[in-house]
Amino acid sequence: MTAPPSAGPLIEVEHLTMRFGGLVAIDDVSFTARSQAITAVIGPNGAGKTTVFNCITGFYKPTIGRLTLRSAGREFLLERMRGHEIGQKARVARTFQNIRLFSGMTVLENLMVAQHNKLMRASGWSLLGLVGAAGFQRAEAASVELARLWLERIGLVADADRPAGELPYGAQRRLEIARAMCTEPVLLCLDEPAAGLNPRESAELNQLLVSIRDRDGIGVLLIEHDMSVVMNISDHIVVLDYGRKIAEGAPVAVRNDPAVIRAYLGTDEEALDA
Amino acid sequence: MGPRLPLMLKDAGLTAFVAAALGIFIVGFRTVDQGGGKGLGFDYHLVDLVVAVFVIFIGRLGLSMAANGLRWPAIVLGVAMIVAGASPMKLPSGFLHWFVALGGVLLVIRAIWPWASDAMGVAARTPSGVALGKAGTKWFGWLLLAAAVLMPFTPLADQKTMDLGVLILTYVMLGWGLNIVVGLAGLLDLGYVAFYAVGAYAYALLSTHYGLGFWTVLPLAGMMAALFGIVLGFPVLRLRGDYLAIVTLGFGEIIRLVLLNWFDLTNGPAGIGSIPGPTLFGAVFAETPPPGKQTVSEMLGIAFDGNHRLIFLYYIILGLALITNLFTQRMRRLPVGRAWEALREDETACQALGINPTNTKLTAFAIGAMFAGFAGSFFAAKQRFISPESFVFIESAIILAIVVLGGMGSQIGVVLAAVLLIGLPEWFRDLGSYRMLAFGLAMVLIMVFKPRGLISHREPSIRLHPAGSGGGG
Ligand SMILES: Nc1ncnc2c1ncn2[C@@H]1O[C@H](COP(=O)(O)OP(=O)(O)OP(=O)(O)O)[C@@H](O)[C@H]1O
Ligand SMILES: [Mg+2]
Repeated sequence: MTAPPSAGPLIEVEHLTMRFGGLVAIDDVSFTARSQAITAVIGPNGAGKTTVFNCITGFYKPTIGRLTLRSAGREFLLERMRGHEIGQKARVARTFQNIRLFSGMTVLENLMVAQHNKLMRASGWSLLGLVGAAGFQRAEAASVELARLWLERIGLVADADRPAGELPYGAQRRLEIARAMCTEPVLLCLDEPAAGLNPRESAELNQLLVSIRDRDGIGVLLIEHDMSVVMNISDHIVVLDYGRKIAEGAPVAVRNDPAVIRAYLGTDEEALDA
Repeated sequence: MGPRLPLMLKDAGLTAFVAAALGIFIVGFRTVDQGGGKGLGFDYHLVDLVVAVFVIFIGRLGLSMAANGLRWPAIVLGVAMIVAGASPMKLPSGFLHWFVALGGVLLVIRAIWPWASDAMGVAARTPSGVALGKAGTKWFGWLLLAAAVLMPFTPLADQKTMDLGVLILTYVMLGWGLNIVVGLAGLLDLGYVAFYAVGAYAYALLSTHYGLGFWTVLPLAGMMAALFGIVLGFPVLRLRGDYLAIVTLGFGEIIRLVLLNWFDLTNGPAGIGSIPGPTLFGAVFAETPPPGKQTVSEMLGIAFDGNHRLIFLYYIILGLALITNLFTQRMRRLPVGRAWEALREDETACQALGINPTNTKLTAFAIGAMFAGFAGSFFAAKQRFISPESFVFIESAIILAIVVLGGMGSQIGVVLAAVLLIGLPEWFRDLGSYRMLAFGLAMVLIMVFKPRGLISHREPSIRLHPAGSGGGG
């Protein structure tokens, strides 16, 4: 599974600017993130972290800037692609700050929907599926297998046939990550996955994220307020404040950066020492 | 009852006042032509009004009692109303008897509902209850199907019931078709009848102008309606929720207005007549064959009977409805069907997973339209005459009501709701124009007692663990 560490960055964000009317939510932010690495994006509330994700995943069109994703020898200019194409072609997956599961559908169904494009092709855009072609049934069985694999990794095999909305909060967070992973992405963007988790769940999440980095070998972009998570598992940290990038580097360097300490001073000084 | 009684009385009084204020113009008096050039005069119905307002007062009081847990007083009031309505006591109009009695029934049901549903909930949790429930959901559909297939051979099957059966099945089919759009994909379509109209006019025009038969046109009509669905859907399916509802409502009206005004093609409000009925292996259902044709009774060597045509129509629509149902069930288990439901649940999440929302919605819209097209050409072949009158907004509303009240996405629920909403008003035809009240009553009852529709249970489209094996329930 582990490919040799790729030479260049997986995604390159250049001069990203996003304005909402007069409000500048992101102001000329540039950074890169590598494959097989966890890149954390941190910053105080309202710093523009979620907005960066929304630009990368096509929910917002950047006012200025270039977002280049390079994988498998291909290059995608994300800012030019339509919303769903970013997931479908560039293979960027994400989770949301407020969990967005298909709560009336079962856990397994959530993971099957994530494999939609692959299964659509296998079902001959439903024609082969309607006649029950063997090829489609094999593809479906393989998809169920992938889903089961992820359910094992997040410990929800027994709950596979329950409506996703009935799961406890922590399980829903894990399921959303598994659902994103079932799209077989090259870049996974996680928006505050540890929010609302208890310490034990938070530790489990750390393991899951590390295993996604090491076993699946993809790039992870992580927004997180919980500094224990950030400092423990990230390889690289980008710090935003009021829409600007104020620091970037390895965890140790960022922790001691005066600009970062100033940004966090008064809000949550202790947080950085965690 | 203590301090709450004055409050309840005040509330009931207020309700009665509103009813009186509204009713005085609607029920209280009527303008009548006095004849002989004396112009218009008033015909007063104040006694009716007083009785109705009094009944509303009592009914409202009973409802608030039931809501406050005063079960017995509410039941007493309800029974009193039933007795008053059913008694030979002379109320000013026959309608008032119905009004009072049905109101009483409603009140009694409301009063004992919490009991009944508790008792049912307890019973359903016992092991035998669970087993019964499972068997029930499994066999109920098959029982309904068997009843539908055998119905024409039972003594019940006089012309009136058969007509009603055809009508109900038409709405069941339309309900199942719209269920794809509204129930599965979650697209609120208020103009569904437009596609029904497209199918009906497609058959009417192609058969009267080009002499094409029903079975040839049927697939064409479906395709045409689907094409309309795509053309209309493409620009509007980006809209969400209420906006989509308004635009589809507009499209429904536009199609009707085009049918009404494009005189050269559709013959405008006069409609299209002499539409040939469906044939059986080329033979027609008639007493005497048209030139060059054979009648079914000649072909089969049986005596002519006007009911044969009706039975034939019944089985056609039953077949078409079943095809709609099977197709939908199958689609629901395919990736596209799961994507429809996912879109209904959360469009943003779908987009993040790389699903193209517009295309996915478009397939739901087009397939729903296709089934309306089939139903439309059946309608034209059955009626043998169509005009824009048959495709007004209220039809869309009724079909939508069937889907919503049935329980969005539930196939059996659609059947139950169609029987209730179409069958009930027909059975109450004696009530004259008041029978729409039965329609309204059915809707209110369902929404009060089953706010998520008659059948709100959802069966997963795929399982990891075989059903019933536990695994977290
Ligand atoms: N669609 C929008 N329209 C207008 N303003 C927006 C929009 N989205 C974000 N903003 C603004 O952009 C700024 C950055 O918001 P963003 O959600 O990216 O912050 P964040 O860093 O994710 O904060 P948090 O930690 O609270 O999630 C905020 O001031 C926010 O109000
Ligand atoms: Mg945020």
